[in-house]
Amino acid sequence: MNLTDIINRLDLHADWVGLREYKEHTTYHMIRDKNPLTNGSSIDHGVMVEVLKNGQFGYSATSDLTFDGINKAAKMAYSSALKASKHSIFSFNKDVRPKSKGSYETPLTLPFDSLSAGEINDILMKANDWLQVDDRIISVTAMAMLVETTINYVCSNGSNISQRMNIVGSDYSATAKDGNIIQTRTDGRSGNQMGLERLNKDLVKERCDKVSSQVIELIEAEECPTGEMSLVLAPDQMMLQIHESIGHALEIDRILGDERNYAGWSFVELEDFGKLKYGSDLMNVTFDPTIPNEMASYGFDDGGFKANKEHLIKDGMLLRGLGALESQARSNIPAVANFRSCSWNRAPIDRMANLNLEPGASSFDDIISSVEYGVYMETNRSWSIDDYRNKFQFGSEYGKLIENGKITKTLRDPNYRAITIPFWNSLSMVGNTSTFEVHGTPNCGKGEPNQVIRVGHASPTCLFNNIQVFGGA
Amino acid sequence: MKEYFFDLSDKIINTLENNENLTLSINGENSEFIRVNNAKVRQLGTVSDAQLNIELVKNNRKMSLSFTLQRNMEKDFSAAKNYISQLRKSIEFLPEDPLCVLPKDYGSLNEEYKGDLLSSEDSIDALLPAMQGVDFTGIWASGDVFIGNTNSAGQKNWFSTETFSLDYSLINPLKKMVKETYAGTDWNQSDYESFVNNSKEKLKMLNMESRKINPGSYRTYIASAGVSDLVSMLSWGGLSENAIRKGRSSFIKMKEKKVELSPCFSLKEDFASGTVPRFNSSGEIADIELPLIINGALQNTLISTRTANEYELKSNFASSGEYLRSPVMDSGSIDEESVLSELGTGVYLSNLHYLNWSDQLGGRVTGMTRYACFWVENGEIVSPIEDMRFDDTIYNFFGQNLESATNKSRLNPSTGTYSGRDLGGVHCPGIILKSFELTL
Repeated sequence: MNLTDIINRLDLHADWVGLREYKEHTTYHMIRDKNPLTNGSSIDHGVMVEVLKNGQFGYSATSDLTFDGINKAAKMAYSSALKASKHSIFSFNKDVRPKSKGSYETPLTLPFDSLSAGEINDILMKANDWLQVDDRIISVTAMAMLVETTINYVCSNGSNISQRMNIVGSDYSATAKDGNIIQTRTDGRSGNQMGLERLNKDLVKERCDKVSSQVIELIEAEECPTGEMSLVLAPDQMMLQIHESIGHALEIDRILGDERNYAGWSFVELEDFGKLKYGSDLMNVTFDPTIPNEMASYGFDDGGFKANKEHLIKDGMLLRGLGALESQARSNIPAVANFRSCSWNRAPIDRMANLNLEPGASSFDDIISSVEYGVYMETNRSWSIDDYRNKFQFGSEYGKLIENGKITKTLRDPNYRAITIPFWNSLSMVGNTSTFEVHGTPNCGKGEPNQVIRVGHASPTCLFNNIQVFGGA
Repeated sequence: MKEYFFDLSDKIINTLENNENLTLSINGENSEFIRVNNAKVRQLGTVSDAQLNIELVKNNRKMSLSFTLQRNMEKDFSAAKNYISQLRKSIEFLPEDPLCVLPKDYGSLNEEYKGDLLSSEDSIDALLPAMQGVDFTGIWASGDVFIGNTNSAGQKNWFSTETFSLDYSLINPLKKMVKETYAGTDWNQSDYESFVNNSKEKLKMLNMESRKINPGSYRTYIASAGVSDLVSMLSWGGLSENAIRKGRSSFIKMKEKKVELSPCFSLKEDFASGTVPRFNSSGEIADIELPLIINGALQNTLISTRTANEYELKSNFASSGEYLRSPVMDSGSIDEESVLSELGTGVYLSNLHYLNWSDQLGGRVTGMTRYACFWVENGEIVSPIEDMRFDDTIYNFFGQNLESATNKSRLNPSTGTYSGRDLGGVHCPGIILKSFELTL
C-alpha cells in the first residue's frame, strides 16, 4: 500500500486530507504457577482518513486497505465534516496540521526476533522458579509484552512521516500468605522503548529475587501507621503521582471541557498559565518525547507536529499545558506535540506522552536522613482521584518506616491521601540523578470514544511533608 | 457479517492438520461517533472494525493470534492461513499446559437483534437541536456490534445487535452537572427530546451554591447509577474463583470465613435480557441464570473452565477473566418517590467516580462522589454538596450498613468503547445505607 499514491488519487473538495496507517503487533507471554497462561498476539492494522472541510474535521476508520476502501472512507469523512461544519465547537484551519517530513525509530540492542516464543517461555518459566522460593508463596506470575508499532502518515499538504516504536514490558509478581495476612508484590508492571535486552536472564533473576524476598518481608511486616507525617515516594510511585495529579490536570482539552462527560474537567483554568504556583520551588516538570527508551518517545505527534522537550512547570510555576495545535488554536496556550491516538480507529486527542519530574540535588541518603518520622513507599497499588484532579488517594505495595533519619522496618498496605496543590507545594526534597528512574505504563484511559494509550514518566525519589498516611482495612 | 464469518471459519478449519484444534472468534462493529462539547460538535466520524482471533490447541499447547479483517474473503483467508502457519512453527516449542481447554461443541446459539437507528445522514439534525440552550457535553454512538465464535468441534455462535447511546452531561454555570444516558435500539425523536428536556429540568435543581461537608460517617442514599459502579468492582478481584484461590480477591473473607453481606443484598448473573451473548470467547454457553449471592450469603463464584481444571471444580462457563457479564442485583421495597423521606437527613449520591480497591483483601473501595449529589435534611433536598472522597468496605455498604433498596432494579447501560462498543450493563436498584465513610 502506497499512501502517497492513494492520497494523490483521492478526488475530494476538501481543505485538507490526511491518511494515517497504523499497524501494531503486540505479543503477550505469561506463565502463572508454572503453567503457560497466555501466548497470544494481536495484529491491529488499518487506516484513519481525516478530512478538513469548512473548519471541521471528520474522520473515517477502515481496515479495507485497498484504494477503493480508503476512497470510500475518505468520502464518509468528508460527508461527516461537511454536515457538522455548521455546528463546530471551533473553526480550524490547515495550520493545525503542519507540513512535516521525517522519521523516528526506537533505539534498541536486541531486535524482537532475537528470541523465539519458546525461548521467552523458557525465561518466564525460570522466573516462576526464582519467584517460588518459600512455601508461603501461594502464586507467582511472570509476564512479557512486546509491542511493535508502525505509523505512516501522509497528507495533502505534502507531510510524510514514518515512525516505528518498539516497546517491551514485563512483570514478575508473587503472592504470599501467612495466616490471615496475604500480600502481593510485583515488579511494577512497567515498560520501556527498547529491545529484548529487557529479558536478559540475569536482569530477570535480579528482579524476581527482589519481588520474592520483599513479599515475604510484607507478610511478616506491621501495618502502615496512621497519621500526618513525612512521605518519601520512590520513582515507581512518583510515576502514578505525576500522571494523575499533574498530567491529566494539565491536558488542555480537559480544561476546554471536552472530557467533562467522561474523565472529567480540571481545577486548572486557562488563566492559571504563567500565574499558578503549582508546587514548591523544587518542582520542575517537562514534556519530553525525546528521551531514548522512555515509553512514549516519538518524533512527531499524530497531527504531524514535531516533538520537542518543553518545561510545563518551572521552579514550581505553571507555564504551559498539555495541548497540541488544535488546543493551541482554541486556547492560545502554546502547544506541545501531544496529539495522539491509540490506534487507526480512534481520532487523536490531547494526551500525555513522556511527562517527567526533573532531578534535583539530594541523594537518597540525604532524603532519608532528613526525616524524623515518616514512611517510604514503592510501587503503586491503588489509585483514585476526582474529576477535577484535586482529591486523590493512592496506595503502594511496599512501605518502609523512617525513624530519626533511618529506615527501621518494612510496612504493609501503605496509603496516603491529599489535595493536589497543597501536596506539590509540600515537596521539600527532590532526589538527584542517582535516584532518577524511567518508567512507563500502557494503561492510560481517556476520550470519547475511549482510548487507552502508553505514557512514560521519569522521576527521582521525592520527599513531601505533613501528608495524611494510613494503612489497610 | 455472520455469513462472512461462518464461511471464512469453514475455510480456515478445513486447513487444520492432525491433532490440531481451533477456536475462531470475531468481534466487530460499524459505528458512528459524534463527540459534543457545549452543544457543538468537537469530533465526529465512523469506524468499521472487525478482529478475528485464532486460538490453536495442539498437543496440550495453546497459542492465539488476532488480526484485523479486511472483509475481503481472499485476503482474509490468505492472512489466516499465513498466521496459522506461524503459530504451527512456534507452538511445539512452548511448554505443555496441563490446564489447557480443548474446544467442544456445546450447541450453537444465534441471536440477532435488529434496530431502527438514525442514519448518519440524519444524526446531526436529529440530535443537535434538543441540546441547545444548555452546556451539553457527551458522546453519541450508533450502529451494529457483532460477536461470534466457531470451533473445530462444530460449534457456531452468533450475536449481533443494532443499538444507539447518547451518554451526556449537562453543566450549569456553577460547574454542577447532571449525568444521563439515552440508549436503545429503536430511535424515537419525540421520546429523545422529552428525555433531554427532563434532564434540563433536573439541572435546575443544581442552581444553588454547594455545601461543603466534613469527612465523617453519613446516612446515605446511593442511586442506581452509583450502585452499578460498586457492583462492577466485584468483577475486578471479587467474585472470580481464580482470584479467590490466588489470594487476590475481596471475597476471600466470604469464601473462607463465611462472612456474609446484608440479607438485603442478592446478586446473580442473568442473561434473560438478551443484551449480551450467553456464550463466552471460547464458545461455552452459560446458564440463563447463576445465583451468586443470595440474601447476603455467597452461593457461587464465577468459574471458568480453566479454573475448574486447575482446582477440580465444575465450570459455570464464566469468561476467562471471570468477570460479571450480565449482573442483576435484586430490588428492595422502597418506592423511588419516597427515597428522600426514607433517607431523612443525610447524603444523596447520584453517581460515583473513579473507584478502586484501596485494600482489596479487606474489601475496601475508595472513589469520589460526582454529578448531582445533595445534602438532605428531614426528607428535603437542602443543597448540592462539594465532591467528597469515600473509602469504605463492601462488608459495610453491601453488608451491615445496607438498610434497604429501592423497588426498581434499573439497567445502567455500559457505554464504554475501549476495544469496541460495550454491550449490556448492570441492573441494580438504589440503596439506603445507615452509614457511609466520607474521608476527604
